[in-house]
This record gives sequence, C-alpha cells and structure tokens, in this order.
Amino acid sequence: MRRGIAATALFAAVAMTASACGGGDNGGSGTDAGGTELSGTVTFWDTSNEAEKATYQALAEGFEKEHPKVDVKYVNVPFGEANAKFKNAAGGNSGAPDVMRTEVAWVADFASIGYLAPLDGTPALDDGSDHLPQAAASTRYEGKTYAVPQVIDTLALFYNKELLTKAGVEVPGSVAELKTAAAEITEKTGATGLYLRGDDPYWFLPYLYGEGGDLVDEKNKTVTVDDEAGVRAYRVIKDLVDSKAAITDASDGWNNMQNAFKSGKVAMMVNGPWAIEDVKAGARFKDAGNLGVAPVPAGSAGQGSPQGGWNLSVYAGSKNLDASYAFVKYMSSAKVQQQTTEKLSLLPTRTSVYEVPSVADNEMVKFFKPAVDKAVERPWIAEGNALFEPIRLQMANVLSGETSPDEAAANTGDAYRKLLKDYK
Amino acid sequence: MAVETGQSVTKAAGTPGARGRGHRTDHKTPKTPGRLRRALATHWYAWSMVAPVVIVIGVIIGYPLGRGVWLSFTDADEANVERTIGVNHIPATYEYVGLDNYRAILGDGLFWDRLGWTVLWTVSCVALSFAIGLALAVMLNRAFKGRTLYRTALILPWAVPAFVSVFTWRLLFNERSGLFNELLTGAGLGRISWLNDPAWAKISVITVNVWVGVPFMLIALLGGLQSIPAELYEAAEMDGASPWQRFRHITLPGLRSVSSTVILLSTIWTFNMFPVIFLLTRGGPGDATEILVTYAYRLSFVISPRDYSTSAAWGVLILLLLALVTAAYRRALRKQGDTW
Repeated sequence: MRRGIAATALFAAVAMTASACGGGDNGGSGTDAGGTELSGTVTFWDTSNEAEKATYQALAEGFEKEHPKVDVKYVNVPFGEANAKFKNAAGGNSGAPDVMRTEVAWVADFASIGYLAPLDGTPALDDGSDHLPQAAASTRYEGKTYAVPQVIDTLALFYNKELLTKAGVEVPGSVAELKTAAAEITEKTGATGLYLRGDDPYWFLPYLYGEGGDLVDEKNKTVTVDDEAGVRAYRVIKDLVDSKAAITDASDGWNNMQNAFKSGKVAMMVNGPWAIEDVKAGARFKDAGNLGVAPVPAGSAGQGSPQGGWNLSVYAGSKNLDASYAFVKYMSSAKVQQQTTEKLSLLPTRTSVYEVPSVADNEMVKFFKPAVDKAVERPWIAEGNALFEPIRLQMANVLSGETSPDEAAANTGDAYRKLLKDYK
Repeated sequence: MAVETGQSVTKAAGTPGARGRGHRTDHKTPKTPGRLRRALATHWYAWSMVAPVVIVIGVIIGYPLGRGVWLSFTDADEANVERTIGVNHIPATYEYVGLDNYRAILGDGLFWDRLGWTVLWTVSCVALSFAIGLALAVMLNRAFKGRTLYRTALILPWAVPAFVSVFTWRLLFNERSGLFNELLTGAGLGRISWLNDPAWAKISVITVNVWVGVPFMLIALLGGLQSIPAELYEAAEMDGASPWQRFRHITLPGLRSVSSTVILLSTIWTFNMFPVIFLLTRGGPGDATEILVTYAYRLSFVISPRDYSTSAAWGVLILLLLALVTAAYRRALRKQGDTW
C-alpha cells in the first residue's frame, strides 16, 4: 500500500525539486556565432512506427555526414508511450532528448508547461514561409514558435480493391453507402466491411466532423462536442458496429486493424499515410496496386477529417542547443522531406517539395495532398491533446452498450468544461 | 551503559542507601534528567546503530509520503509546480486548498463507482486464489509420484515476470486471433469479446490475477500444512473422523496463523494490483476495469496537465482505506484469540 502513494509522491517530489543543474554549462559543445564547427551529441526521439523507423534512423544519421563532429543518438520511442515518456524525463530533468518528433497536438501542451525551447530567430526555423500555413499553425503557442513542421497528414478510407470488385460495389462516399457496401462485401466475399477503431479517439473525429460537429469552438470559447452533431456521431459508430458493417476492439486496435486489413479479413479501414508502408507488407498487398485510397465516408453534413502530422521540437533543457537547432533544420529541410516521401509516401510540409517530380508523381501524395488541404484544423491549445481522453472513455462505453449516445455526448461535454476552465 | 542505567535507576528510585547518607539537597529535582534525556542516555548506542536505517527510511519513505500528503492539500499540477528547464525557470504557483480535493473526490460518484469495483475485485480475487491455493496445497501435501514436478509447475506463474504472463494472457484473450476464441469457434460456439465487453473484461482480469496469485497462496499454505503434526490426523482417524471433519477441525485451525497472514497480504496486494489491470485492459473497455490505483495513475501520468494534487489525494484515501481494513481485520482476529 505504501508503494502506490510513495511512487506517486516520489514522482511529484522529483518533479518539484527539479534541480538547477539542467542549464548552465554547454558541455563543451555547440558553437559560438563565429561559425566554428558543431560538435557534441544530439539525442533524437523518433516516434515513427515499425515499418518506418529504419528510414528515419538512416535519415537522422545522415546529419553526421554534414557535421562529422556531431554524434546523433537515434532512439525510437513508440508513439503510444512518447508523450508520457517525454514528460517524465523533461519534468524530472533527466533523460529528455535534445530533439523530439512531436505530434501536432503535443506542441502547445509541452510548450505551456515550459518544456520546449522557443525557436523564433534560431537557425532551426529555416525558410519558414515555405511551410504549408496549416502545418505551421500547429507549431505556434501564445505568439511564439515552438516546433518546425516535418510531416502533415490526415485520415482517409483505405480499401482493398480486389474485395470491392469481387463484391461488385463502388467505393463508398458516405456512411450510408458504406453500410450497404459492407453488407454486399460480407455476402459475396465473407470479409467484414470496415474496421472501426473503437479504442482511439482520433478515429472518432471524421464521424464528428461528418455530422457537422467539432470538439470546441476556440473563437467563442464554447464546448461544442455535446451538440446534436456529437450525439449523432456517437450514434453513427454504434450503428456501424451493431449492424455488423464494422468490427471494432476496445484494446490493441492498431494491431488488430492492420492485421485484419492486411490479411483481407476486412475490406476497408480509415487510416493515415503512416500506415501505407505497413499495409504494403501485408499478404494481400504484395501488389501495391491493390490498395485504394479515398476520402473518409461523409456523414450527414459532409466529409471531414482531422489535420494531423508531426513537428520537430527542441527540449528547453538541451545541453546542446546549437547542434539541436541545426539538426531540426536538417530534418525539416526540403531534401530530407523529399526523401521521406520517396521512401515512405509521407506528405512534406514544404510547398517547394511538392514541385519535385518524384514527390508530385507519388500516388499517395496525389491523393493525400488535396485531402490535407481540406482537412479540419484542430484547436492548437494547451489542452488540445487532453481533449481526447474523455472521448476514448465514452467511445468504449457507447460501443459496448454501457452508455447511450446522448449520455456519452453529454459526459464528454462535462469533462471538457472541467478541463477548459474558461469555456462555456 | 549498564552502569549508567543502574545509577540513574537508583537515584530515581531514591533508594534507602541514598537517603541514609542524608543528601537531601534542593537541587536534586532539577538534576533528574527528563524522560527523553534518560531514554537517550540509556539507549544512545542502540540509537546510533539504527540511525542510518531510520534516516534512509525517512528519506525514501517518509519524505515522499509526507510530500504526497502535503500535495493532496494543494492544487498542484504539472503546470504550476516549480521546475527549471534549461534557461527557463518556472516558479511554483500552486496554493494550499485545504480539504477541497478530498471534498471533490468524495462528492463525485466516480470515486464510489471505482471503490465498488475495487472491493469486488479484491474480494473475488482473494477468495478464489485462497480457495484454489488451499485445494492445491492439500493435494500436494501427500506423497505421490512426481510431486516435485507438480510443485515446480505450480510455482511457475510466480516466477514468470508479471508483464510477460499478462501479455501472454492478452494474446490468448484477443477477440480475433486469440487461442480461446479459436477453441470456441472450433467447438462450434460463438466468439466471446473477452476484453471488449465490460462484464467479460472484469471476469478476464480476475482470472489472470487469480492465476498470478495462486502460487503464493499455495506455497504459504503448503508450509503451514507441513507444520501440522501428523499425529493429530492419526488420532482423528482412529476416532473415526471423516476426511471432511479432519479438514474442518484439524487442517483449517492448524492453518489459521498462516492463512490470516496471507489473506491480509493478498488483500493489500490485490487492492493495489496495478500491472494486471493496466497491462491487460488499461482499465478498459471505457473505465470498466479501472481500480483505484489505476485511476490515480491516470490522473498523475496520463491526463494533461498531470494532476498531482488530486492523484495524491486518491493515494492518501487508498492508504487510509487499507489501514482501516488492516486494523479491523487484526481486531477481528484478536477477538477470536489469535495472537498475531
């Protein structure tokens, strides 16, 4: 019994007595303005998935070629753990990386707690006007820039062309069409229509936007998730699962979804460009031409999917700020972004990169770029990331039949008002 | 030391010898050392010997505990505690809020919901693992071929790191590719949403925890069984006692001291059994399997900004609950004549 409280308290104690040894010396690294060579170590936490990480490691280590005296320490931290791990390390003032690949919603969160170094006026923010404006929007918090965009993405409908052809159905453009198509697919091929992520709130957003809703109205400081649209969104996901058009899980969703789709057990899934590499490794996608991508199914109010992506941020307590800035500049450079697209089909954030033929001709880019342009921007507020937890809880309750969609929407709204003190 | 003790006792007692010498001076009373001084003088050697331990325990248990209790009376969270990160120094801006956190927690249905499930979880886990552990211990207490092998096999769950066994169970429970559902569909039955349905998820976490907890019960009770003299059984058998009567009147009373201890320990452990729940279901689906400690963890590590003060208050409440249970349990045992 002591251990529980002791651990909590110990952590809090460590966080609070954070020693002052973080700053101060520059550890014999970095440079002065004179332009002497960069040296020292840059620890980089990367959050890319299993299928992507080898490429990222190679790219990150490419920095050493340009700066031979800098040692890049590449660490792959699984996406699901990265946020908590960084906060533990940064708050405890030990073990935090110099540079981290930061999810767009994390930037404001980390910056508001003082963990990130402002990048305005540093070499990291190289040619900022080249970045897509919506990607750059996620890097700012209270008038300062805390990150540099690296990748932009959004959700789309992935489908197995072979299964859809066999069932004789068109790619569904709306939830209603999806339901009829799913019934056909199950009848003709035995596969389930759709895999619905029931354990990850991010995947709820297309249904919410599709019904014309949103999480919050940032301008008017109002919680909007519990509006009628929110109720309808919960109703839609429940109906998809109840009608057997979709299957879902309350845990292990990512693996179950990828396995089901890759093996042809489900014909469609909603996913982002980060899944492309992994899907291509699947048994049914040896011929990459079998993978089709379409806009997310529309709800009653239209199509909508969230804008996501990754930024690069620098830890405020880094002992090697100069090399870290240079590393961020390198990793977000047009050259590296181009390579990322060529190898992983991820979308660049620099407008100039889209003009490169190898990028412009990429099938996935051709599809995803217009989708990203129309993607819904999320509220870039400190609590942006915290808005997901109440949805996670309610989604599971709705899908398991514990809570009605009306109650779930109301509960989500209540949780938001608790979280956002000055919101109505 | 012994000499000193003797002297001070003699003085304090005012022995006839001392009176006989006629030293009835006025400053005798002020010279008498206080209780603390006397205890220190008497046991200074012992104190200096245990001092390092006391200091270490004070630092690694007392300080965090005190800090945690203090935090529970404030509104500290990740955003307002003091920290220095590189060139940023952020001062502490949290405040003392008295019992506000406790009032908020106890006034919220969430706490009582979680407490209800935590109690159900603890009671069923302890009861099941005790019953199964006892049954296995009784079986293993007799001589038969391959006994050592069985014993080793039954201790295995204890030897395997918790996270390994929980992950294995998670694979078995997987709704789409898990072994259990493969077996069920193979037998022509439907699939079960082991971890996706609230009721089944509860059954699943209890099953895994019982599996993890049985070896401890088994070993402890087997030890207890072996300390019961065989003559008692022989005598009972001579008197014509049935196996059930022997079990009820010899085995159970003979195990009392062991079983009361293991039940208490197991209750405390299960009440705070974080890994099984967290690794198997993460408290899900929704919050169906969330116990008090996993919720406190969520407050302190998952939500943003991390709510240190509420989490600490949950921790203090858990501590108080367990202290209360322990005290009541010991009282009940003592009433029944148990010396423990």
